[in-house]
Amino acid sequence: MLLRHTPKQITERQALTINPAKTCQPVGAMYAALGIHRCMPHSHGSQGCCAYHRSSLTRHYNDPIISGTSSFSEGASVFGGQANLLEAFVNIFSLYNPDIIAVNTTCLSEVIGDDLTQMIRKGYDENKIPAGKIVIHANTPSFTGSHVTGFANMTRAMVKYFAKSGGKGKNGTVNLIPSFIEPSDMEEIKRLAHEMDVRFIMYPDTCGVVNSPLDGRYRLYPNGGCRKEQIIASGDSHTTLALGHLGAQPAATLLDTQCKVPFETIDLPIGIAATDRFIETLRNVAGVSVTETIQQERGQFVDALCDMAQYTYGKKVSLVGDPDILVPMAEFCSSIGMKVLHAVTGTPPAKYPFEERIKAVAGEHVIVKAGQQSDMFLFHQLLQNDKPDILMGNTYCKYIARDMDIPLLRIGFPIYDRIGHSYEPVMGYKGGLSLFIKLLNTLMDRIDRDAEEENFELIM
Amino acid sequence: MFGTKIALSLLQKSFLPHPQKNAMRKIAIYGKGGIGKSTTTQNTVAALAEMGRNVMVVGCDPKADSTRLLLNGLAQKTVLDTLRIEGEDLDLDDVVRTGFKGTRCVESGGPEPGVGCAGRGIITSINLLEQLGAFDPQYKLDYTFYDVLGDVVCGGFAMPIRDGKAEEIYIVCSGEMMAMYAANNICKGVHKFAESGKVRLGGLICNSRKVDREADLITALAEKLGTQMIHFVPRDNIVQRAEINKKTVIDFDAAVEQAEEYRKLARAIEANKMFVIPSPLEIAELEELLMKFGIAD
Repeated sequence: MLLRHTPKQITERQALTINPAKTCQPVGAMYAALGIHRCMPHSHGSQGCCAYHRSSLTRHYNDPIISGTSSFSEGASVFGGQANLLEAFVNIFSLYNPDIIAVNTTCLSEVIGDDLTQMIRKGYDENKIPAGKIVIHANTPSFTGSHVTGFANMTRAMVKYFAKSGGKGKNGTVNLIPSFIEPSDMEEIKRLAHEMDVRFIMYPDTCGVVNSPLDGRYRLYPNGGCRKEQIIASGDSHTTLALGHLGAQPAATLLDTQCKVPFETIDLPIGIAATDRFIETLRNVAGVSVTETIQQERGQFVDALCDMAQYTYGKKVSLVGDPDILVPMAEFCSSIGMKVLHAVTGTPPAKYPFEERIKAVAGEHVIVKAGQQSDMFLFHQLLQNDKPDILMGNTYCKYIARDMDIPLLRIGFPIYDRIGHSYEPVMGYKGGLSLFIKLLNTLMDRIDRDAEEENFELIM
Repeated sequence: MFGTKIALSLLQKSFLPHPQKNAMRKIAIYGKGGIGKSTTTQNTVAALAEMGRNVMVVGCDPKADSTRLLLNGLAQKTVLDTLRIEGEDLDLDDVVRTGFKGTRCVESGGPEPGVGCAGRGIITSINLLEQLGAFDPQYKLDYTFYDVLGDVVCGGFAMPIRDGKAEEIYIVCSGEMMAMYAANNICKGVHKFAESGKVRLGGLICNSRKVDREADLITALAEKLGTQMIHFVPRDNIVQRAEINKKTVIDFDAAVEQAEEYRKLARAIEANKMFVIPSPLEIAELEELLMKFGIAD
């Protein structure tokens, strides 16, 4: 009954956001920065910002997330954050010895107009940044965009600061740039590329960083993450595949402008069709063939879909999350006979035709809402007007799920109350199969729970 | 540290080559409030346009009066108003108006006095212009002028001289003490950004207030700062008359003497090769200068 005050009648809102379906830019930027090996994220703002961003990542991944902060006080807000940042460089490099510091700005430092390029230059000039160490930065004001934008901005910063063409022409390597996705999915995408014998560079790459094993020893910098040298070398690659229009394409575009590496943007490989497109594109650009193993994984996935089609066919589903995930997710749901009722995201899609894409993959009937006022409150209202059989979204959906007694499949960011997302992929054919199994389990548990005694089946 | 200081002082004395030859020149105009920045900028821009140059003017003042004379009235809808009313999905044509002889005019705009954050407004609007491709080669711009409000009071008002934006600064001043204080203060800001970027001071523009020995005074100040007085614009009431008619002097009456003054200024800017990192004066030094020229007695 937590949300009992949400009225069914939807009124047009112009300013108010209630329970946003997104989070801050720096969360995404910090997460992307962790995808570089031996990189310390640094939040240029007050401590509260940093604490919030770290804790959302820590709770989602159940792993310690490191980050420095410029610890803005009243003084820093008035006089600018340069002194704090320079001191932070000295402290961080002497105490924690990272190879790279990736600075993200915050709303406060953006409003007072701190010029990070100038400050970093000063850091080098005054030897506050030791020789051989690197500081990069991304502007991440949270009053525009969302965590997806922040992720894209930091990934773009990696290209800007590192990627170079060596002048020896292009080699056969393919760059894979993911959007804001789980480390498990990055791992799965890498496994598929390895399986097809594709030479590739992936960044950001958070696997082995935010899902590192527990072996009794704490490592400030776990073994995972893309190596700096690889990001530099990505300027000599043959092609870039941007996996996601909002989270990955900006970096790929810059890599094209800066180092003349052409790019292609495709959807994240969620579900059969999107994975097919991913495999096909990768096969084409890398000039490799699809292996028997991958064919087999696809076959198993298709087999399971056919076997259980009667449990998903005609089921109504409502989706909330990030645009890059929602599009292939809606496509997948639609492809297994489900009816997508709603697709809602708090992330403003900018020039990306999000609504058109959703409608193209899941039908004209889908109610698509995106941007500031497309929040969890609106999502709840939409659901009250057309109740789905299942809900897919992050942890915050649990209130709605409980209020309306709808089963919930957790997917996206953040997930604070279940684990698994950082270990089990939902992308590729294998990941798709496991996503499908989770979906089935959720639906079929509900059938069992609600079945009259005479309809309660042993064999399903 | 000592070594760096020596190196820096050497750097200040030498005249650096122009940062980008043949490319679009990006100029920011600063100066004390009310000194005549917008008037001087627009009149100079009119002269450049008359010379056949493609010029864009970006007004960075919440009052949004930096393009009034070029557009023959306050006709411009500002970038920030457009953003507020129409949302983030806007086109360049929504915010750029064409003024006198094809000049492209943009007003950043900002909040009403006493609320919000004007500095952030400047950052937002310049970022937006870049995103929309306002400075793209397709417009074949020879010049972009940023007309910035008063002093460099906060980070936002430094936006036009941050990384890769304006590379030349001209400070409008007069022989009045407060205008010189302001000019010196602006030089401190320029010095800070010049240390780590490409921005350089191109000179002082003296907009005469008919102070005694004004030209000598500003020339001396310019020398102390390590720069030049690029032009002395005499005071002439024709400027006010043109302004009442919502026109630049050249637009109002191209034949008058004052129009020629602005043409001279435009030519001086076009031919300028002297770009320096200024060395701001200590207050005592500045007052000494005033004493010498018999003002502060």
